[in-house]
Amino acid sequence: MSLLKYESQIREPLVDGNKDYHQVTEDIIRPIEMKPSRLWYIGFSISVALLLFGVYSIYREVTYGIGQWNLNKTIGWGWDITNFVWWIGIGHAGTLISAILLLFRQGWRTGVNRAAEAMTIFAVICAGQFPIWHMGRVWMAFFVLPYPNSRGPLWVNFNSPLLWDVFAISTYFTVSLLFWYSGLLPDLATVRDRAKTKFRKMFYGVASFGWSGSTKHWQRHESLALVLAGLSTPLVLSVHTIVSFDFATSVVPGWHTTIFPPYFVAGAIFSGFAMVQTLMIVVRKVLNLQDYITIGHIEAMNKIIVLTGSIVGCAYLTELFIAWYGQNPYEWYAFKENRANLFSPYGWSYYLMMFCNVVSPQLFWSRKLRRNITVTFFMSIIVNIGMWFERFVIIVTSVYRDYLPSSWSTYYSPSIWEIGFYLGTFGLFFTCFFLFGKYFPVIAVAEIKAILKTSGENYKVKMTDLEKADAEKFYVEEVEHAH
Amino acid sequence: MAGGIKKFVVGCFDDEKVLFPAVKNVRKAGYKIHDVYTPFPVHGLDHAIGIRETSLHTAGFIYAITGTTTALTFISWVFTKDWPLNIGGKPHFALPAWIPITFELTVLFSAVGMVLTFCYLCQLAPFVKKHHFHARATDDLFVMAIECTDKTNDAEVQAFLQQAGATEVNVQNAETGWWIGRYDREQKLYKEEKGY
Repeated sequence: MSLLKYESQIREPLVDGNKDYHQVTEDIIRPIEMKPSRLWYIGFSISVALLLFGVYSIYREVTYGIGQWNLNKTIGWGWDITNFVWWIGIGHAGTLISAILLLFRQGWRTGVNRAAEAMTIFAVICAGQFPIWHMGRVWMAFFVLPYPNSRGPLWVNFNSPLLWDVFAISTYFTVSLLFWYSGLLPDLATVRDRAKTKFRKMFYGVASFGWSGSTKHWQRHESLALVLAGLSTPLVLSVHTIVSFDFATSVVPGWHTTIFPPYFVAGAIFSGFAMVQTLMIVVRKVLNLQDYITIGHIEAMNKIIVLTGSIVGCAYLTELFIAWYGQNPYEWYAFKENRANLFSPYGWSYYLMMFCNVVSPQLFWSRKLRRNITVTFFMSIIVNIGMWFERFVIIVTSVYRDYLPSSWSTYYSPSIWEIGFYLGTFGLFFTCFFLFGKYFPVIAVAEIKAILKTSGENYKVKMTDLEKADAEKFYVEEVEHAH
Repeated sequence: MAGGIKKFVVGCFDDEKVLFPAVKNVRKAGYKIHDVYTPFPVHGLDHAIGIRETSLHTAGFIYAITGTTTALTFISWVFTKDWPLNIGGKPHFALPAWIPITFELTVLFSAVGMVLTFCYLCQLAPFVKKHHFHARATDDLFVMAIECTDKTNDAEVQAFLQQAGATEVNVQNAETGWWIGRYDREQKLYKEEKGY
């Protein structure tokens, strides 16, 4: 068997610098063993403060009711459901990187998959908060579960997209968590075996489940990862499809369209990759991991951003065209007056969405801009703002003028507690992410080692010589001997 | 499985290019490789030490169809027998509307079942104590453990390993718990496998 798997020289190295296996361990595990920097404490404190503000906002909502959020009879879904769809969408990039790119055998996923999966899990936790607290009487949240109860038993409605959501999101969370943690076991064992302090020995000893690195275990581990990737791939597509069913199966003009599932999935991946960029650009700098998350990684993700951004743009134009072509007066009114009319109460948000999601990512057709970190960072923020407004446009501009003009509500702006709840989920997300960055290896150590000898810079140099020699041999044998 | 202290000769290799020929030579010489501990999945090593393919994915498939049938039978029982709801006069047996939940439960059962099976088979759980032959097996060393019997001359095995390229050799006693050697019964000696 040949150990040197061939990888073309045209491909950029995925691991820069002169690395061996031990150096990889050192580079990635060292931040865990060091005291966190002042920047970490500052960031962590801000996150916890935001989280506490969010907790207080939820307390207000639970005590006084949904009215605290400025929702009314016409606009029953405002910021809350916008935020829900936004967070759930962000999670999708993590699964795309860890599952779909695994099936496609994309080597570059190894640099970013661990952190992206963590992002998925935290984003899904944040997303889950919104529908739960939106219930108002949150102490009855368990009613969404089909359990034998004393009211008949009265079962949940299995034909309702909102119940499909319950199943989709809880399955998505569970499977993502299992996938992430089973991948973490070997790396936690690496931290355990290097541990010097008593606490670390105990903590990582428990967390690594006694992983030993046995060949049989690795064999099973690989099989498990492959099947979980195969399961997660349709799962991630199904989750945002089902979220889009929440809208698409209704009879509300602006929601009642068959294009929603693919359009939502593309948008989810689009916003998710933007969030991965935001996080990774900071992480690689702060934890000094530029050798593992290279410009090549950033460029690869930017390519996905320009692709999915364009798919989303195509979907916007399609639904606009179909609204006109379909000749349904209510549908066309929703698009023409509520959205495309810049001077309507929420018209500005439609144009903001178009600019952020469709126009601005087109910059990434330029290789120079794709490989520019500052541009990428700003673009990632713009895309996330744009994708938040996409959900806002879909939700609010569709419902604020319904079939009955007497109940039109052209005046909806969120209250401080509704904004506070949203900020609170940011606090929750970043609190989790800061803890993850401090206590867990942010890059999959074992997976990097597995690709090191085919994609590491120092090994690629050796490969170039081999390849050259081979090309010369080929020339001598095939070309010269032919004459 | 019965426990008990067993003796192992341990050899550490720092390069998989050295490891593979060493594995072959050790097996050819008739020694029984208990296991090789590696910091990352080394492709082809499982075949080299002669362990069979895992059938974990088959278990995954069985869990998956269990999930499918659970969802379909439960929902159809609820909506056609236990509490049929009249939703706009539509059929009680509304199969298309049940597909999302059926799919989700298929994935959920399969994933949860597989991970639990994986943990059970590999004996992975919090607070499980195992004998680790070398701390650097999760860092940069490939650690081969050879099981000794009463007849084994461990000095000879150590010399053999050293000659095969091991950078570090020693003898360790380890308690064989039930996590150890479930599969070593299936592991054939090189001779039996190749038929010479």
